[in-house]
Amino acid sequence: MWDKNKNSDKIKNILANNAVPMIFIALSVLAIPVSGYSANYLIQEMLTRLARNSFLVLSLLIPILAGMGLNFGMVLGAMAGQVGLIFVTDWAVTGVHGMLLAALIGTPIAVVLGYICGEVLNRAKGREMVTSYILGFFINGVYQLIVLYTMGRIIPITNPRLVLSRGYGIRNAINLTGVRHVLDNLIPFKVSGIDIPVATFLVIGLFCLIIIWFKKTKIGQDMRALGQDMKVAEEAGIPVERTRIIAILISTILACFGQIIFLQNIGTMNTYNSHEQAGMFAIAAILIGGASVSRASITNVFVGVILFHLMFVVSPMAGKVLIGQAQLGEYFRVFVSYGIIALALVLHAWRRMRAKAEARRSLRGEE
Amino acid sequence: MIRMKEKLQVFIENAGWPRIIIGLFLVSLFIAAPFVGVRLDASLSDTLVRVGMNGILVLAMVPMVQSGCGLNFGLPLGIIAGLLGAVTSIQIGVTGTLGFIAALVMAVPLAVVFGWMYGQLLNRVKGDEMMIATYVGFSSVALMCMAWLLLPFTSPTMIWGYGGSGLRTTISVEGFWLNALSKHLHIKIGEFFYLPIGMYIFFALMVFLVWGFFRTKTGTAVTAVGSNPEFARASGIDVDKMRTISVILSTVLGAIGILVYEQSFGFIQLYMGPFYMAFPAVAAILLGGASVNKASMVNVLVGTFLFQGILTMTPSVINSVMQTDMSEVIRIIVSNGMILYALTRKVMVKR
Repeated sequence: MWDKNKNSDKIKNILANNAVPMIFIALSVLAIPVSGYSANYLIQEMLTRLARNSFLVLSLLIPILAGMGLNFGMVLGAMAGQVGLIFVTDWAVTGVHGMLLAALIGTPIAVVLGYICGEVLNRAKGREMVTSYILGFFINGVYQLIVLYTMGRIIPITNPRLVLSRGYGIRNAINLTGVRHVLDNLIPFKVSGIDIPVATFLVIGLFCLIIIWFKKTKIGQDMRALGQDMKVAEEAGIPVERTRIIAILISTILACFGQIIFLQNIGTMNTYNSHEQAGMFAIAAILIGGASVSRASITNVFVGVILFHLMFVVSPMAGKVLIGQAQLGEYFRVFVSYGIIALALVLHAWRRMRAKAEARRSLRGEE
Repeated sequence: MIRMKEKLQVFIENAGWPRIIIGLFLVSLFIAAPFVGVRLDASLSDTLVRVGMNGILVLAMVPMVQSGCGLNFGLPLGIIAGLLGAVTSIQIGVTGTLGFIAALVMAVPLAVVFGWMYGQLLNRVKGDEMMIATYVGFSSVALMCMAWLLLPFTSPTMIWGYGGSGLRTTISVEGFWLNALSKHLHIKIGEFFYLPIGMYIFFALMVFLVWGFFRTKTGTAVTAVGSNPEFARASGIDVDKMRTISVILSTVLGAIGILVYEQSFGFIQLYMGPFYMAFPAVAAILLGGASVNKASMVNVLVGTFLFQGILTMTPSVINSVMQTDMSEVIRIIVSNGMILYALTRKVMVKR
């Protein structure tokens, strides 16, 4: 009897932990035939989007490991990457060199921003997510101030096609012709009409290995301890604040690279919007992949990117076929992206409260 | 002399640097205005009108802050209830002050229901309210985007001209209840100075009601829950119930607030309109001196005035000085900077 209970508990646990991805698989299974897209088209889309987004989503892993929740502050890194791309486009450095240079310019900016973010979050322990979220908005204001009012005036920008007609400030949309698809097409590879961006996947794969290695280093273990219990970690002599700053720093730098990879695939940059979307989509994706606020793996990242973007591609078409309005599918997509974040946050908070209540009960000596 | 210095120090400590900087900034904007050709009376009137428009939305922050639920980033939920009331009132076709009252009658019960559900949710996620509230707000706005398209409204002033279904993104309330409150007892001095006294009376009434509520037995219990939940439980207060009451109150005030805003503004903004509306209200009350777990009526009034003052003055004054419109960027930096300051000021973790 006891064994049976344990077994059913186990199944319940598996179900509870993977509820979100399973709902999405079910949704996709229903929506794909309705939308009428061909398998070839969907596979191509998924491969492109996997290459485009995975790196950004991977940047969320380290702060989760360190118990800091979802790093909404990753938009800071995205902004740093965009500043790099603006300069590279202005100086007309093209090809892989252009991308590397953009990363080189972006990295110090990301380091500074990441450090600021870490310091701020250390002053808001227990509220990291809201704080990093608002910090993203705040730095967005500073970013706009710099890009819209000082670039072309105080910071020299020579290419007139980048600058607004009034003489300063960067245009709303920038054509990244110089770096467009340079990483994706570095190693051309085609299977039955489907392009595979091998080089991008190599970079992503390499980075996954680095994460696995990183988790085993001293500092990675420290972060894991922090994620389990900050107080215990502190008493064990782990420099809590410093480790937390390092976690955010790494995340911000990776988000910077991630945004550059993302934009080289898209080919145009929305100067004032691209970074905001980056954060929301990445977080929605990792949560759909089955991650929670306190637990995430590399598998979650890839499953999440595929499921999220499958829905992304399919839902407008499904909405059009079912109700005759593509706009409705569009809104559904927005609703799901926000709703899934809300749901994941609620489930996490709920579980934490229940664990606390259980701990209290067992302390009182009740079963 | 030394006493003065000490007093000044205490004042600075109490008010906090960001507030003082922003206050001085606003004063300097008002001083600079006449020199750059901006009319002082017109700007002051603009500011005051906007205080009346936004005041109740800011007031909607108070109950949840007091009960320890944190800043109500889920304000869009209340706003949606208000919007539903507004479009229903126009659909029925009642005009004038009566139309406004009809909207209120429709919106408030809806807000109570939404607020109750929202409160049940927040009771299950204690400690994480703010982040979840933000996303509850966002996802309810997105859900309503679908509803605005599908709801069977038929009034030709509200639906898209082509297709014949689905509500428009902006709906004018002109001819229905534009200035339903503002037109009563309004004062006009000279060409530019205008005061909608009717709206202020309504705002004052709301402030008074909330103020009064926190002096009743229930109101005191809500405050007690906010300042020390363990202690409140020990003295026999139903913590979850008090929190739910505060959330309902916040949501209802949000619904009323948006209706007051619309009757003065003249338009109902649907779809993504309410999306970011919580942030200015949150920033305003923090600017007024509230913290994440304490807020008063004075905070509401001072904060709304300072925040709206900056919003009105920066475009006109900065534009004349620098020939560029930096107001949007300044708004983003000031409002989010203020929220950030409040979130990081005191390390108080309730776990």
